Amino acid sequence: MNVLLDNLALFREGFLGTLWLTVVSALLAVVLGLVIAGFRVSPVPPLRIFGTLWVNVLRNTPLTLLFLVAFFVVPKVLFPGVNSFVLAVCACGFYTSSFVAEAVRSGINTVPMGQAEAARAIGMTFTQTMRIVVLPQATRTVVPPMSSIFIALTKNTAIAGAFDNVDLFNIQKTLSNDGYDIAVIFVWITLGYLIITYAINGLFRLLENRLEVAR
Amino acid sequence: MSEVSVTKDAGGPESATDKLVVLDNINKHFGALHVLQDIDLTIARGEVVVVIGPSGSGKSTLCRTINRLETVDSGSITIDDKPLPEEGKELAKLRADVGMVFQSFNLFAHKTVLENVTLGQVKVRRTDKRVAEEKARTLLDRVGVGNQADKYPAQLSGGQQQRVAIARALAMDPKVMLFDEPTSALDPEMINEVLEVMQQLARDGMTMVVVTHEMGFARSAANRVVFMADGRIVEEATPEQFFSNPRSDRAKDFLSKILHH
Repeated sequence: MNVLLDNLALFREGFLGTLWLTVVSALLAVVLGLVIAGFRVSPVPPLRIFGTLWVNVLRNTPLTLLFLVAFFVVPKVLFPGVNSFVLAVCACGFYTSSFVAEAVRSGINTVPMGQAEAARAIGMTFTQTMRIVVLPQATRTVVPPMSSIFIALTKNTAIAGAFDNVDLFNIQKTLSNDGYDIAVIFVWITLGYLIITYAINGLFRLLENRLEVAR
Repeated sequence: MSEVSVTKDAGGPESATDKLVVLDNINKHFGALHVLQDIDLTIARGEVVVVIGPSGSGKSTLCRTINRLETVDSGSITIDDKPLPEEGKELAKLRADVGMVFQSFNLFAHKTVLENVTLGQVKVRRTDKRVAEEKARTLLDRVGVGNQADKYPAQLSGGQQQRVAIARALAMDPKVMLFDEPTSALDPEMINEVLEVMQQLARDGMTMVVVTHEMGFARSAANRVVFMADGRIVEEATPEQFFSNPRSDRAKDFLSKILHH
């Protein structure tokens, strides 16, 4: 008997679970990361403090602990009845956003100060300066570290599998209960993760090449 | 603002009472360094003020405080009777009326020359894109780089880049133009092409504050020369007066160093 062929539907479900968790968390992380990076370089001190706190708290907390908070504190105290997918995406997305914010901030720092000064001197607001002048020029520097961050995120979503989400890691429990050889199960699961991480790898290489041509 | 120690500009233009920029008792520190000390300066509409002085005397800082790229510790700055607002939308609106030209050009590296000149019009003034492009092309022709419109800044010489930067500032129809050492980063042969554009602007009646080391420009284009040293305005005079007969020892010393070699 073959683990993969006998349980194709389950593997498919697990693979899509991991993929879906990764994509949605990544989107959340990018949006939050851009905002937080903006906060960290903003001229408004309270925003800077908030940004710094956000990054330091989330980046320095073990992801498992964040999951514990998300699944056992948040539903009890704030939002009862939220489904486990949303909670997992929030935990992964918030956590990853702190890394994205730092990558974006390092990109912002590579853009010469004069660019932002010139933008402000013609009357652009802070947000316009960031969106139109600074961030487009920071993109090239930000792309390479971003692929590492998303690959790490893919693997981090496995923790969601332990918290009531059906993903590649989660189906392992079902399969080993069914009596399949655990080593073989993990070979196929690993392959599932590799497909996603290599896809991210390729996507970002494409993006890097594209940006190189543009200049 | 009536008690400002108004320094009467001798060679000023007809409407010397029409104050466009007023700096009143400005002080600024960089850490322990007192870069601007009790600066009072009034610039009339249509006046060309050239600020000269040794390195580190606070000239550039003074220039940058006028559109609040540098904040001040105390004192007040008004432009067209409006006090400079705090950071935010109001300040952005005011900056749109104050053109600035930098020593290092600071053209937007990821935009073409034409886009550099249209960007502010479209994003800040909300001008229609076609109208903005037309105006940009006129301005680029006026500063003599009309045929470079579709290139990126890095493909232009320093002198061309600086002229584009002037066009970018002019595109906003500024009330006053600030020049922060506009020729200091240029090869000698490119200095003149930039100075000529500035001369023309001065003749057209633009209000200008020019920080420079170009004494020739100061002599020919300025209504008034402001000499700064160690964070203070040491002397203000017409160019003829200043260059032929400086009053202060500090200015005499400075001129003897730069004019004899």
